[in-house]
Amino acid sequence: MKGSVHVAGIGAITAIGNSVDECMRSFRQHTSGIGSITLFDSIHRGVLPVGEVKATNETLAANVGQPEYISRTALLGIQAAREAVASAGIDIAKWRTGLISATTVGGMDRTENFFPDFLQDNKKGKLHDVVNHACGRSTELIADDLGIHHFISTINTACSSSVNAIAYGTRLINHGMLDIVVAGGSDALSKFTLNGFNSLMILDREPCRPFDASRKGLNLGEGAGFVVIVSQRVLEQEKKKSLAVVAGYGNTNDAYHQTASSPEGRGSYAAMQKALAMSGLSLEAIDYINLHGTGTLNNDASEGTAVKRFFGEHLPKLSSTKAFTGHTLGASGGIEAVFSVLALTQQCVFPNLRFETAMPEVDIVPQQKFEETTVNHVMSNSFGFGGNCSSIIFSK
Amino acid sequence: MSRIFVTGMGNISPQKTWGDGTLLAEITAYTTDRLSCVEPDYSQWFDPRQLRRMSRVLKMGVASGSIALKEAGIAVPDAIITGTGYGCLEDTGIFLTKLVENHEEALNPTPFIQSTHNTIGSLIALQLQCQGYNQTYTQDAFSFESSLLDAILMIKEEPALNVLTGGVDEITDYSHIIQRRFGKFTSDNTSNLDLFKNENGIVNGEGSTYIVLSGAKKDYHVCVESVATLYKADDAALRKAINELLGNSGLTAKDIGCLLLGTSGNERHDKVLLDHADQLFPQSTVGRYKHLCGEHPVASAFAFWLGVKILQEQTIPGAILMPGVQAASAPENILIYNQYGGTHHSFILLKSCRDSG
Repeated sequence: MKGSVHVAGIGAITAIGNSVDECMRSFRQHTSGIGSITLFDSIHRGVLPVGEVKATNETLAANVGQPEYISRTALLGIQAAREAVASAGIDIAKWRTGLISATTVGGMDRTENFFPDFLQDNKKGKLHDVVNHACGRSTELIADDLGIHHFISTINTACSSSVNAIAYGTRLINHGMLDIVVAGGSDALSKFTLNGFNSLMILDREPCRPFDASRKGLNLGEGAGFVVIVSQRVLEQEKKKSLAVVAGYGNTNDAYHQTASSPEGRGSYAAMQKALAMSGLSLEAIDYINLHGTGTLNNDASEGTAVKRFFGEHLPKLSSTKAFTGHTLGASGGIEAVFSVLALTQQCVFPNLRFETAMPEVDIVPQQKFEETTVNHVMSNSFGFGGNCSSIIFSK
Repeated sequence: MSRIFVTGMGNISPQKTWGDGTLLAEITAYTTDRLSCVEPDYSQWFDPRQLRRMSRVLKMGVASGSIALKEAGIAVPDAIITGTGYGCLEDTGIFLTKLVENHEEALNPTPFIQSTHNTIGSLIALQLQCQGYNQTYTQDAFSFESSLLDAILMIKEEPALNVLTGGVDEITDYSHIIQRRFGKFTSDNTSNLDLFKNENGIVNGEGSTYIVLSGAKKDYHVCVESVATLYKADDAALRKAINELLGNSGLTAKDIGCLLLGTSGNERHDKVLLDHADQLFPQSTVGRYKHLCGEHPVASAFAFWLGVKILQEQTIPGAILMPGVQAASAPENILIYNQYGGTHHSFILLKSCRDSG
């Protein structure tokens, strides 16, 4: 692989903040973003807690100057991608720039508005509610907004999508095909996913407690997170500071069950192993793991087992930030990549909110307080339905 | 630089493109605006209990993947990379319908689980117990191209790998009705085989094509030279891309024996392709494919299968030629030039590589 691929900019919008700085403030203050559903109608309103971004579609649309109907996924994505590009401070039009975004719901928040009328009479339902249904459309809307034409792609490997987007972007830069990639993901809350996860009986009716013995499930969240990754040449010519280096990544499949992870976490173990091998780092070098840590019985036991098996005696500081943001599905890897870069630039680790007692299955005690500490290498895990497991390492 | 060999293919499309037989010898004609796949008997791959739970996109995907692997003589690939424009529409439609009808109560999770795009690739992984790299792209008409590019990069990184990659999309009643409301398709009863006579509209299509790629030479004799996608490109950008693509492969336009054009039947969108074919490739035999597979996000995967078959069998089937066109003798290079909705243009260059060691 030629040169290094650097993170030159970051952007995020989540339940704990509409910008990277706001998210950081919430971490410092231990302020969770989990609360009641306020932005859409559902019988689960007031029952199932979620991590909503604190902005209506109207506000988001006004902020970014786009029509409200283009889908919340696209609006959130535009906001975070713009922040990432602005923070990089590079004129991306001067370079071969690509956009690789990840999403699992795409325009579903609009499609589910279309369906009740459509089912009554298939000549009914507003077509502008389905025109952006396809996942790839949200990427095209973000690309149009940023003026990116050179290369676009969308990844949907469920909840591991965004990590795969950043890894693919890194490879395209390493192969000399692109100079800059805006990579990450965006997913809006929708009735579709809320009811889907509810039908699987893996949503907690209380604020979620990742890695805690009393955990009962996840809380869905929403948001977007993007990193601007650039080649060594771009970094030097643009005279920019490297926020982090993409040191390694691994993509595997658990091949165990369509939704459940294997008890020993064979897919997640292999993903961490591949990422570490690529980075050339030793186990001891990893200072912090941003866990997938959804708060479901299955994920946390499986991931915890894999982490324990992999790191053994050398367990680094670790936490799931999903107790703050909720599980943002396809966006989670992008949002948590932004948090991982923040851990490096701010020299800190984030708390795993609401943790009290270690799981009986595996003895792991996550980080409980926001702490300023030396962080040189961060691993971030993202696993999804279909057994898709990905792990990525960012270094200072 | 390692070469990228095609070592196996499986294709399920609105034509009978699986099993034995001469390439496109029997053509299925349709007088509707919806071309549905000619599907094989799936019982050779799944038991009846599994089949009942599976949507067509899953059945077609796993079956065409299996055909490709069998042809390549590979039990378990090193990577599975899937492209799909719309993903699992049938299960999405079922879950949405139940969500509305049952007012968010008493929902069966199976269609939700099977609604995410990566279900196709992960089901193949689950069936084969393949724990390797697993990826799903969804970018309208760049979905297959994204998968193909990833597979090419993987083999450049590690030539010994066997990578299963493909494109899958299904039509459902809902998706067809909705797309028809956008005014996308032909409304009269013109046969799909007459689609290009008067450029009078598009027919909806679907299909599933998986291919096995490897850096190790097999007796397939066809290589993938390059793939490129251009989003919202103008005429000048497309001409520049064609020149770069040919130049990078050390070819000129006259080396392209056969140009496979993704004209859809929409006069406005097709014009740029037809102009470029006339002006830039006057010596190439021009073939078309969307009257056979219909218009859909991964139609270029059908074209990929077609192009490889032409290079293998060293003959251009009459079914892809406009009336009166004489096919050139066995082409050495095939350029697939696809377009979708006038906003998505892509190129795939295939090369016969019988002589290379």
